[in-house]
Amino acid sequence: MSAKLTEDQVRHVARLARLNCTDEEIALFTSQLRAILDYVAQLEELDTTDVEPLAHCLPVHNVFRADEVRESLSNDQALANAPQRDGEYFAVPKVLGDTSA
Amino acid sequence: MKEELIVGLEIHVQLATKTKMFCGCKLAFGDPPNSNVCPVCLGMPGVLPVMNRQAYEYAVRAGLALNCQIARFTKWDRKGYYYPDLPKNYQISQYDLPMSHDGFLDIELDDKRTKTIRILRAHLEEDAGKNLHEGLDHSRVDLNRTGTPLLEIVTQPDLSSAEECRILAMELQKLMQFLGVSEANMQKGHMRFEPNINLKITEDGREYRTPICEVKNLNSFRALERAVAYEEWRQLEEWKNNHDYTLDNYGKQNRGWDDDKEETVFQREKEEAHDYRYFPEPDLVPVEIDDAWLDRIKSEIPELPGVMKKRFTEEYGLNDYDAAVLTGDRATADFFNQAVQAGGPAKRVANIVTQFGLKTANEQDRRMDEIGVSTEQVAQLAQLVENGLINASAAATIFEIILDDERHPETIARENNLIQQSDTGALEAMVDEVIATNIQAVQDFQTGGKKSGKARGFLLGQVMQKSKGKANPKIVGELIDKKLKK
Repeated sequence: MSAKLTEDQVRHVARLARLNCTDEEIALFTSQLRAILDYVAQLEELDTTDVEPLAHCLPVHNVFRADEVRESLSNDQALANAPQRDGEYFAVPKVLGDTSA
Repeated sequence: MKEELIVGLEIHVQLATKTKMFCGCKLAFGDPPNSNVCPVCLGMPGVLPVMNRQAYEYAVRAGLALNCQIARFTKWDRKGYYYPDLPKNYQISQYDLPMSHDGFLDIELDDKRTKTIRILRAHLEEDAGKNLHEGLDHSRVDLNRTGTPLLEIVTQPDLSSAEECRILAMELQKLMQFLGVSEANMQKGHMRFEPNINLKITEDGREYRTPICEVKNLNSFRALERAVAYEEWRQLEEWKNNHDYTLDNYGKQNRGWDDDKEETVFQREKEEAHDYRYFPEPDLVPVEIDDAWLDRIKSEIPELPGVMKKRFTEEYGLNDYDAAVLTGDRATADFFNQAVQAGGPAKRVANIVTQFGLKTANEQDRRMDEIGVSTEQVAQLAQLVENGLINASAAATIFEIILDDERHPETIARENNLIQQSDTGALEAMVDEVIATNIQAVQDFQTGGKKSGKARGFLLGQVMQKSKGKANPKIVGELIDKKLKK
């Protein structure tokens, strides 16, 4: 990493993850993330000119299952860990209908 | 001033698998909320997704039919997504190595011109669940749909009118249904469209490009066409008021579609691709597809509507219009094919299906195979017409009856006294009687010329009336000709 991570970049990433951070937290996370990135940056010492990018670390491919129905959880089991529920639904703070998946 | 509309379309197609993309939860429409969920699609920590082989093969089948290059090696990626309808906080998708790319689809425009729409890529991904918030102070989340396999098809910006967008969407629906990879049922949300729209405007030698707007989640052909037409109008108006309304100044943005007001509404500045923070999905291994597997999938591609239509005109001698109607949707095409296989003469079956069957289906808002007649009954009915046992109006009457009567059409024809009289002896007596009492018409017929044809028709009509519509008109005509031609 040649350029240092900035607080603005951390704020941006926090916003994308819908996280509210105080200025103190931003300062703390910025220094912590910098340390992590500096650590990982050691990899850049390696010459990878002729190395193919790896899609996966295991030499395995084509792990499939058949299209067969398996039993799902019951509604109560599914909602057991939910902080809030509304009948058969999970209840969450109101979100705008974005669903851009 | 010259303006040109530029549209690229993203289409999400729900694949017709029994289970989800990465877990064995059932795919069902209208089940109670959160009843088809498990730790994998709930995004619990520590779970592992496993690919659904059928979903992958359906996607490859669709990619092949879209004339795409099928990637021999693909992988999965995580796409950042922070909404509660996908609780993992990422969507499993394909980023840099999609399973297919660089294809095309031909569409036929209303003026019969063919236009080729290039396909940039088609890849697999998982759907999100549903957030419901109408009339509530919070959101309800139903995760039954979470993890449903979706094929995302992305076209090049080759579409240049709202109408072309609608035609392409309908063509894709038909293709997916014929391929058997999706029910493509619009009411069940099996197809969703996201057009990317902007204008190229030339004025006084200068070229302007309006900001690209992506309209999210359109779920009907009508909404798609209207939304594109609205954007075309809106962007031009905005630019007329402010020539700085350009892509360079405003970037891309997302808009939603208000179905009641029939207008698009601003949602947010579009996050640039890197903001999705794609990275390789470590929980899934890559897919490699070899010749044998690819050949097997190729062999599973059934006859597609274009080829089938051609066969109907060439092999069965159907006209272009009927062939197009019969291949307009998979259910109708299957019904027709099966009735012909059951021994129905093709042209007669075509008439029955297009004139009576589809009329009934439209009235009932059902598919051809759902209106109550069997393919065997239609084949038998077609044979009755072909053999001259019943005439066209009797066929219509019988069709009405067999909508809720499972018996052989001939039984019904006899019971209702609808069998045509083809017995030459009995018909000859009637013809003689008509000739004897209509001297003027006989004279006109024999004189020849203009009046001749009309007179023949009149005499034939008299015999038909005498027989109460049961005489076989072909035989009656022959008898009249034989008796009066000198």
